[in-house]
Amino acid sequence: MSIVAEKPQERTRHTQQGTKLTAIRVAHSEWAKLWSLRSTWITLSLGLLVLLAFGTIAALQYTSMTESGAEMDPEWAEASTLTLALFGVPFAMIALGVLGVLTASGEYTTGLIRSTLAAVPTRLPVLWAKAAVYGGLAFVVGTVGAFAAFLIASGLLSDSSIAMSISDTGVVRSLFGAGVYLGLVGVAGVALGALLRSTAGGISALVGTFMLVPGLMSLLPESWRDDITRYLPSNAGEAIFALPQADGMLSAGAGLLVLTGWTALALGGAAYRLRRSDA
Amino acid sequence: MIEARQLRKRYGDKTAVDAVDFTVRPGAVTGFLGPNGAGKSTTMRMIVGLDAPTSGTVTVNGRRYDRHAAPLHEVGALLEARSIHPGRSAFQHLMALAHTHGISRSRVDDVIEMTGLQSVARKRAGAFSLGMGQRLGIASALLGDPQTVMLDEPVNGLDPEGVLWIRNLLTGLAAEGRTVFVSSHLMSEMALVADHLIVIGRGRVLADTTVQDLVRQVGGDTVLVAGTDPARLRNVLAGPGVNVVGWPGSQQLSVTGLPAREIGLRAAEHGIALFELTAKTVSLEEAFMELTRDAVEYHAASSTGSAA
Repeated sequence: MSIVAEKPQERTRHTQQGTKLTAIRVAHSEWAKLWSLRSTWITLSLGLLVLLAFGTIAALQYTSMTESGAEMDPEWAEASTLTLALFGVPFAMIALGVLGVLTASGEYTTGLIRSTLAAVPTRLPVLWAKAAVYGGLAFVVGTVGAFAAFLIASGLLSDSSIAMSISDTGVVRSLFGAGVYLGLVGVAGVALGALLRSTAGGISALVGTFMLVPGLMSLLPESWRDDITRYLPSNAGEAIFALPQADGMLSAGAGLLVLTGWTALALGGAAYRLRRSDA
Repeated sequence: MIEARQLRKRYGDKTAVDAVDFTVRPGAVTGFLGPNGAGKSTTMRMIVGLDAPTSGTVTVNGRRYDRHAAPLHEVGALLEARSIHPGRSAFQHLMALAHTHGISRSRVDDVIEMTGLQSVARKRAGAFSLGMGQRLGIASALLGDPQTVMLDEPVNGLDPEGVLWIRNLLTGLAAEGRTVFVSSHLMSEMALVADHLIVIGRGRVLADTTVQDLVRQVGGDTVLVAGTDPARLRNVLAGPGVNVVGWPGSQQLSVTGLPAREIGLRAAEHGIALFELTAKTVSLEEAFMELTRDAVEYHAASSTGSAA
């Protein structure tokens, strides 16, 4: 009799102890959420695969062109081991950015956001946790992919005139730069997904900003074109991992600062909407 | 304990919840009853902070929900049925919620067992039937071992066995001293579990009462009477506190405020032959319909009144 009466109480006390909402725990929850969806595994693998495959294909294409002795396109003539190795970055950017959007927009399209915000009624910790956890993950995948792609490409191109080693000046910085760029794009994806609360809207905004807006710059008068273009998220982002910096490009540090600024702006907008509007 | 004070929510120019006042006390099951669109869900969403009130306040155990250090430990809520990602399993969904508060894995296993989800806990929640989805929602509501349990239409989609299970669960939770707040648009369901009733219609509280009092309050003393001369019978019965309703072409009258015996005596006194004299016991469902229909009429009357 007494055993039956005491047991549930013990359990109640056990679950109550230390039960408290903290920012670290919200991050833990977001981490668990990420890995419990198949789309995360698929998209991250795809991002990694794209970095490795496109870097390898670009390096092979270069060697076959030099071996055939034919005259190369000017674009290829200016290539370095690094630019060939990082050929897949724009494609990985799409994959990782889209997953970032999904991480946030999926909460709204499925209705999960109601459970999430009922558990974390202060709301903002959810956004910070998503941005930090996913941004960190995209950075790691991007960095690992960039280093691996460089090692493969430098192996394939070791006998060519553009051979480069990882110990060459700026290479490590550039490879980390590519990872940082992909990490920031991931955070921007989360921010756009949370801001627009729609998968289609978030992806359109992300792809539009990074791929279409640069193309529209040719509509601007030539005198201001360069001054504006280099501050765009896409161009500032490319400056982070460029080696050497092209004409009219920001320095790596300035590029990082500018892209971080754009990302912070999107994140700020997302935070404002999360705080102010009903879920 | 849930306390709403002058709670109001407006969407554009539509007022969903209109200056509502109520208190939901611990140790009892409080039914939150109203037709669809009455403002039940909106009120519940405001309680857990998903919607911000346009004005007024609502507190849980003396504080706004988002000011609590462990919100899941204060209120466990089942809101609209699907608040899950279809790609996660029931276990993964519950575990993700548990992580936010550092709730142990053994507690997750406990609530899965309590809600009878053991056999499907590892399956994708997207493939769940309506009933299993409800059970998962209830499992998340119980996860934090909350002081207050709030369920929006919990019997939706449940089979009779599930309905019985919910009933026992609710009374059990209340017996443990918890605050239990359950919404429904089915009066009959509420009558079986609720100790107390809050009836809402068009965003306003229409009744805050017990089941018995509600029946008494809403025409519990209606008598149906039919006789040879309804017009004369009407005059005979008229008096203060008496309400007589008739229908054109029908000899039947519906009388409130007079017992059947008194009606019979007066009719005999005036030589009116009666064919029917029925004391009508109002069912809960009827009481509820009556109450909410009145709300509609009241609103229509008051708007013309203010225009005049």
